[in-house]
Amino acid sequence: MNFFHDITRKPWTASQGALDDLHDAAAMSQPAPKLGLKVFFAVVTVLFALLSVAYAERMVAAGWRPLPETWLMWLNVGSLVLCSVAFQWARVSARREEVDGVKGGLAAGGALTLVFLLGQLLAWQQLNASNFYTGTSPANSFFFLITGLHGLHLVGGLVAWAVASLKVWRGVPLPKVRMIVELCTIYWHFLLVVWLALFGLLFFPGGSLPVICRAFVS
Amino acid sequence: MADVTRTDVDIDYVPPAEVEDIEMHHPKSFIGKYVWSQDHKVIAIQYSGTALAIGMVALVLSWLMRLQLGFPETFSFIDPVDYYQFVTMHGMIMVIYLLTALFLGGFGNYLIPLMVGARDMVFPYLNMLSYWVYLVAVLVLVASWFVPGGPTGAGWTLYPPQAILSGTPGAAEGEWGINLMLISLAIFIVAFTMGGLNYVTTVLQARTRGMTLMRMPLTVWGIFTATVLGLLAFPALFVGAVMMAFDRLLGTSFFMPAIVEFGQQLEYGGGSPILFQHLFWFFGHPEVYIVALPAFGIVSDLISTHARKNIFGYRMMVWAIVAIGGLSFIVWAHHMYVSGMNPWFGFFFATTTLIIAVPTALKVYNWVLTLWKGNIHLTLPMLFAIGFMVTFVNGGITGLFLGNAVIDVPLSDTMFVVAHFHMVMGVAPILVIFGAIYHWYPKMTGRMLEPIMGHFHFWVTFLGSYLIYFPMHYLGFVGVPRRYYEIGETLFIPDSAQGLNAFISVMALIVGFAQLVFLYNLVWSLTKGKEAGGNPWKATSLEWQTPQTPPEHGNWGPSLPVVYRWAYDYSVPGAKDDYTPQTVAPSKVEAEDGGGASSIRAEKT
Repeated sequence: MNFFHDITRKPWTASQGALDDLHDAAAMSQPAPKLGLKVFFAVVTVLFALLSVAYAERMVAAGWRPLPETWLMWLNVGSLVLCSVAFQWARVSARREEVDGVKGGLAAGGALTLVFLLGQLLAWQQLNASNFYTGTSPANSFFFLITGLHGLHLVGGLVAWAVASLKVWRGVPLPKVRMIVELCTIYWHFLLVVWLALFGLLFFPGGSLPVICRAFVS
Repeated sequence: MADVTRTDVDIDYVPPAEVEDIEMHHPKSFIGKYVWSQDHKVIAIQYSGTALAIGMVALVLSWLMRLQLGFPETFSFIDPVDYYQFVTMHGMIMVIYLLTALFLGGFGNYLIPLMVGARDMVFPYLNMLSYWVYLVAVLVLVASWFVPGGPTGAGWTLYPPQAILSGTPGAAEGEWGINLMLISLAIFIVAFTMGGLNYVTTVLQARTRGMTLMRMPLTVWGIFTATVLGLLAFPALFVGAVMMAFDRLLGTSFFMPAIVEFGQQLEYGGGSPILFQHLFWFFGHPEVYIVALPAFGIVSDLISTHARKNIFGYRMMVWAIVAIGGLSFIVWAHHMYVSGMNPWFGFFFATTTLIIAVPTALKVYNWVLTLWKGNIHLTLPMLFAIGFMVTFVNGGITGLFLGNAVIDVPLSDTMFVVAHFHMVMGVAPILVIFGAIYHWYPKMTGRMLEPIMGHFHFWVTFLGSYLIYFPMHYLGFVGVPRRYYEIGETLFIPDSAQGLNAFISVMALIVGFAQLVFLYNLVWSLTKGKEAGGNPWKATSLEWQTPQTPPEHGNWGPSLPVVYRWAYDYSVPGAKDDYTPQTVAPSKVEAEDGGGASSIRAEKT
């Protein structure tokens, strides 16, 4: 479907009418849930893009102190990457109708998501302990807000993950759970990409992003 | 010119619908059918009922405001705190909880599946959740009347820092008004997103056989595009609301600069109030079109149906809707000229604001040209549609004034602005909502709305609105500021302004009363209205071709409809009837002379 091409058509003409009569109701080749999820990605992208703009704007203002980079954050990135790998494993296994692979992938994916979320909570605690209170440091305020919202999206995803896992463990035939496993997988991939972008924003090497931003603004 | 020939391509080779039928949720109990319903029609009525109910609250608030402005120092029960709360809640409720919810949650839900030939939305469960979450948002908002300090009085734009400082109603220590407002907005946005995903995906993926994008009625185009705008714009309000809630509850300083309050240095510092304004208006301006685009779409269909003529320039109407949708994202800072900005930005936003008037004007011309030489039936929907056109042009033209930075600066924060936006996004869309209710009520209930009450409602609302808002422009010109509890004695404001204010208030009460008549009519006609039949307006679009009226669960009986034409085959030359429904195959069209006219399909050359 080419949207901009479609809207140049003249539906009232006989020749176009004949073509339109052939329309078989499938506007796009993908199933509705997948399209719905992708539309949701657009919404989430706007959400985090706006937060990033707000963050960048604050970075160049006076009194900015970059966040201290910790090894824990890198560990969290690692666990989220592994999450995506686990879900991909479940997805491929579902396509191949290998039930053990689906179970393994889902279990690992869920567990690693919890590890990631716990890691983020620990990072909050570390920052608080190092005098980076939410209220006193703008960088930390943003860190709480951004990681919090990202984490909430993962928690929402865990609801879908729980539904999928329940179905698989109850023995629902794989072709019937394939879609939800697929949806979970692309959702986790998407949240990984979002996190990598946010991570880059929050911990750009040596806190030099404000310098670059300032150079750009001036 | 129209031409009725159609030759070798004129074969009914479209087989009965082979569209994969969706698995429907079939409720068994009363509660499943009417309370926790997954049927888009029931959800639409739930949305509309809730929106109208909370809208009535906002109407009463406007009366109270007008009582104070028209007759200051008369009503002891309205003090400045109350007044600011009335202003804030009236604005927020009308824009978000009434207009957005009614156009998209109400009309979007009811009309999209029926107009594109679907059995329901593609995600019915999510659709149901959307309504209930919306209801929670409304209840949280209403709850703010019952917490210490009452609702917030920050103005509907909720500008920080004042919105969360203790001098503002609902924001003092221990008061919860502003918190509940922010929470309610966040909940509303979650609800809207669930609904919005449904509307967009249903339009893209659940159209019936033969229903190409360009065969969709403009109502669907308007709602579809407005939903896309909403999905991309509401996150900005969400971000703004969450960040302000952080500032308020956790002591962050996203929007709060260093500030001294009542001689005390607060712990805030370093934040940017302007950042909130950008976020708010990045949402706020598309919001105008989230309300306007469905109105544009609906009014196009009302005019075409009741003038018995195809809409003029259908393709351009679609393009204009899409173009307005795109442009609406790059005009937001025209709300912020007085906040201070680089002059080049002011120039940019003034220019984009004027550019967006081009596709908008194009739509107005096309409506007028649709009426030109049409067989105009002055039915109630048509009256409201014409009322909308006039009002929208009036409100739009004052928008051209305000869109220019140099004119906006002196007029900013005066009653002129209040008059402008009430005309363009208050009265105009509300007139469309009324027209649409008069138009589709017969489909929803099987009965017509009572016409005498309807005419009373129309004329009082239409003329009354002008008597309210025309003088208000003048008040703005002489310098009467908005948001003031009372003007008192101000040198540059003549005494006559007070007389005018009193007049406006009386008119507001009268127009408000007419709405009560309308509500009574809605209830009265439910049982006593004239029976409507399936297609009382002889309309072409799919919702009028359902086997039952009101449409039953699943909408279409055993098989989905097949679409053979666009939605505007009115008064096709050579055809016997002055309308040809979308479901009529070319060979089934009866010719004027009574013979079989297998080749009738209007063609413009």
